[in-house]
Amino acid sequence: MRETLAKDPYNIVITGVGGQGNVMASRVLSNMLVRKGFRVTIGETFGMSQRGGSVMSHIRVSPTAVWSPQIPKGMADLIVALEPIEAIRVLLDYGNPSVRVLVNLRAIYPVGVITGEDEYPSEGTIRDAVAALAAEARFLAATEEAIRLGNPILGNIVMIGAVASLGVLSIDRKLFEAVIRDGMPAALVEANLRAFAIGQAAVA
Amino acid sequence: MSLDREQKEGSEVLLMGNEAIARGALEAGVRVAAGYPGTPSSEIIETLSRFSEAGKLYVEWSTNEKVAMEVAAAASFAGLRSLCVMKQNGVNVASDFLLHLTGSGTRGGMILITCDDPGALSSVNEGESRHFARLMEIPLLEPADFREAKEMTRWAFDLSEAIRNVVMVRSVTRMSHASGNVVLGALPAAGGKAQFRCDGPVSDPDRGPMISTPVIAKHRLQQEKLRKAAALFEDSPFNTYEGPETPELLIITSSVCTLYSREALSLLRAEGRAAILKLGTTWPLPPALLKKHLRGAEKVLIVEEVLPFLEDQVKILAAEQAREIGIKTFYGKNDGTLPMVGELNPDLVAAAVGRILGIVSPAIPAEYREKLQSLTAFVPKREQTFCPGCPHRASFWGIREALQRDSRGGFVCGDIGCYAMASLFPAAGFHTAKTLHSMGSGTGIASGFGKLGPFGMEQPVLAVCGDSTFYHAAIPALINAVHQNADITFIALDNSGTAMTGFQPHPGLDVNAMGEVSPKVDIAAICGAIGAPVVTGDPFALIETRETLNRLLEEPGVKVLILKQSCALSPENKEKKRFLVRVDEALCRGEACGCNRICTRIFRCPGLLWNRERKKAEIDEVICAGCGFCAGICPAGAIRNEEAANS
Repeated sequence: MRETLAKDPYNIVITGVGGQGNVMASRVLSNMLVRKGFRVTIGETFGMSQRGGSVMSHIRVSPTAVWSPQIPKGMADLIVALEPIEAIRVLLDYGNPSVRVLVNLRAIYPVGVITGEDEYPSEGTIRDAVAALAAEARFLAATEEAIRLGNPILGNIVMIGAVASLGVLSIDRKLFEAVIRDGMPAALVEANLRAFAIGQAAVA
Repeated sequence: MSLDREQKEGSEVLLMGNEAIARGALEAGVRVAAGYPGTPSSEIIETLSRFSEAGKLYVEWSTNEKVAMEVAAAASFAGLRSLCVMKQNGVNVASDFLLHLTGSGTRGGMILITCDDPGALSSVNEGESRHFARLMEIPLLEPADFREAKEMTRWAFDLSEAIRNVVMVRSVTRMSHASGNVVLGALPAAGGKAQFRCDGPVSDPDRGPMISTPVIAKHRLQQEKLRKAAALFEDSPFNTYEGPETPELLIITSSVCTLYSREALSLLRAEGRAAILKLGTTWPLPPALLKKHLRGAEKVLIVEEVLPFLEDQVKILAAEQAREIGIKTFYGKNDGTLPMVGELNPDLVAAAVGRILGIVSPAIPAEYREKLQSLTAFVPKREQTFCPGCPHRASFWGIREALQRDSRGGFVCGDIGCYAMASLFPAAGFHTAKTLHSMGSGTGIASGFGKLGPFGMEQPVLAVCGDSTFYHAAIPALINAVHQNADITFIALDNSGTAMTGFQPHPGLDVNAMGEVSPKVDIAAICGAIGAPVVTGDPFALIETRETLNRLLEEPGVKVLILKQSCALSPENKEKKRFLVRVDEALCRGEACGCNRICTRIFRCPGLLWNRERKKAEIDEVICAGCGFCAGICPAGAIRNEEAANS
C-alpha cells in the first residue's frame, strides 16, 4: 500500500535546540511514513550540537528512492520548528515561496541573548517574518500545552500532531498510536496521545 | 523505535546507519564486539549490547581503541567472528596493533568499523581513516546507503575469512547518524566453540602461533591476500554503474557521496549526460572494472570526503592503463573542483557538475532571496555551552577564581569530552583552557610544561581530564609526570560516565556494556598508587574547590584533585532538581550592583537570564536544572536556593 505524495521527494526539516526532543520527533514522524510504505531518509546532526546548539533533522520522503540525508538549499517543503528563531534560521537556508512552516512559539534564548550581548527578536517580528517567507505559516504554544500535560518535552509531539492536521502527509492518530506503542514504555503512551491530539486540534 | 529483538525477519524498518551496521554484524553471526565510544560511531556497540547474551554475543566498551581491537582479535584467533568499532582518530590509537595484526592475519572473520566525521561535526579533527587501509594493506569497504550498510557489514566477515585478514568498513557521520529503510534478514543460531589452536608451526595459518614474523614471508602473504580481495572486488555487487555507456562526464564516487551525486544530477536534470560509477570496494580498486568504465568517458569527476584518496588511486590506475583507455581530464579535489576540507552536500556536487557540463542550477526567485537577506541580521547565533546544571561549568568557575587569586598567569591544558568546550569556546571555560588535542594529551602536554620551570616559566600548569579519558590515555602521561617530577595540578572531572557520547559505562563504574555487575577501577586509588597526593572534592562546593586549588598550585610536583559530580543529563539526575532557584528581586541590584552582571554575562548558564526590561537577573524554570551553584556567585546574595521537593 504505497500512497502518493505532493512531491517526490517531499522534504521536511524539523528544527529546534538540543534537548527539545528534535530527534524523537523526526523518528516518530518517519516511522509513521515508513509504515505508510514510503522510503524515508533522515539526516541528523547530534553530538556536540546536543549541548544547547541548533539541531536539525532533514526528512526525505519518497515513494521509490533513497535520497540524500541533506536537503539541497532552498528545497524544504515543510519546516517544523520547535523554537521560533530556529524557524528563521532554517528558512534562510532551505526556504522557498511554497514552503509551509509550523512554529512553536516558546523561545529558548541563546547564550548571547542571556548575557545581553545579542537581542532576541519579538514574537511579532518573528510571526511577520515567517508569514512573509512561507506559503502557509502556523504558530502554536506547544511548550505551554506540554507543560499543562506535565512535561515540556512533549511539545515535540504536539508539533507532530499539528503536522498530521496539515493534511499534506495523510498521517493520523491511529498510525501515531501504533508507532509509539511499539517504541515507548506503556506508561508514557497516554500523555503522548494527548499531546498529539492537542497539536491536531490546534491546527485543524 | 530502534532496532530490537522483537522485529521479525523480512520486516522493513527504519534504521540508523549505525543500527544497520550492527544488524549486518548480527546477521553475520558476530560473537564478540568491542569498541571505545566516539561520535559518530557509538550506536553500533550500543545496539549490539542490547543483543548481547552470555556465550552467544559478548560486547564490551574497552578502555581504548587499541584494546578494543586486541579483544576482537583474540576472538578471531579463537575462531569466532568479531568486530571492533571506533571513530576516525580511534584508528590512530589502534594503529600500532593493527600494523602487527595485519601481519599475523586472522582466523574467524574480523572487521574494523571506522566512522569518520567529515566536516568535524563532532570532532576536533578531520582525520581520514581510509588511508589506514592502504597503509596497512587491508581491504576497504564503504556503504552508500542503509540497506548496503547492513549487507556490506555482513559480507565483510565472509571476505575476512576468505583472505584471512582484517577488513575495514568505513562509514561517515551522514551515514552513521542518518536513517533509512532496511529489510531485516535472518539471525543465525550462535554456534562454534572458542578454541585457540596454537600447536602447529608458524607457517600454519590454522594451527600456528599468531605472530607477524617471519616478517618478509608474512608481508608477502599479506599482499597476496590483498590481490585476492581485488580480484573478488571485480564483480562485487557493491560496485554499480548507472547512466549512459559513453557519458559526457563520468562521476566516480563512494559512500554517502553517491547520494549527493545522484541528487546533483537530478537537480541539474543531467542524468542523460553523466554517469555514476559507485564503488563500494574502495581499496584496493578493481582494475578491470575501472578500465571498462574509464574507457567510455573523457571527463572524470571524483566525488569523495575528505582527502583525495579515491582520486589518487583512480589516477594511478588511469596512468597505468593510459595506452588502452586514452588520456582523461580529471576533476576533483586536487584541481579545486571540490573543496579539500569539510563535508560535501548535494549543492556542492551540483555546482561542480554544473560547472563541468555548463548547466546552471535552478535558483530561488530573486525577490524571495532579497526577503531572506533582509532577515539574516536579526537571527542571533546559538553558541554551544555547557548544559544547565553541568558540573563542568562549576569546575571551570572554581578554576577561574583560583587562577585569578593566584595571579601568575596559570592555564589549563584541555582534553577530549564535553569539557573540551572550555577550550573550543573560551567564554564557556571562562578563558582558562588553552590547549586541546587528542585523548589524554592535556596531561602529557602539562607534563612537558611542568618541566619548563628551569627555563624561566613561572605560570602554574593545570590539566583537566574526564573520567573515561583518564582510563583511555591519561594514565601513562600521569605516570610520566610523577616519575619526571613535573610541576602540575591534575584535575579529574569525574562525572560518572562517558557523558559526551551518551553515558556509555567505563572502568570507573560497577556495570559493563552488557549490563553486568563489574569491578570498579578507582581513579583516586590509581593516582595514589602512582604516587601523587590526591584530594577529592565536589565542584558545586565553590569555596572549597577554590581554596584547595590555591593550596595545590603553591606545591611542587604532581598534585591530583578529583572533582566528582555526576552529569546533569545522566539518568539519575535528569528532570530532578536539587534546588528550586529564585532571584530575589529586592536583593538583585541589577546594573547598579557593580558586579557588571557577573551571573549572566560571565557565568553564562542557560537557566539564568538577564531581563532587559526589568534590568534584573531571573531564572528560567523550564531550563534551570536546580544545581544551585549560581547562588554562590552572586555578590548580593540575590540568588536563593530552596530545597526542592523531589530531590
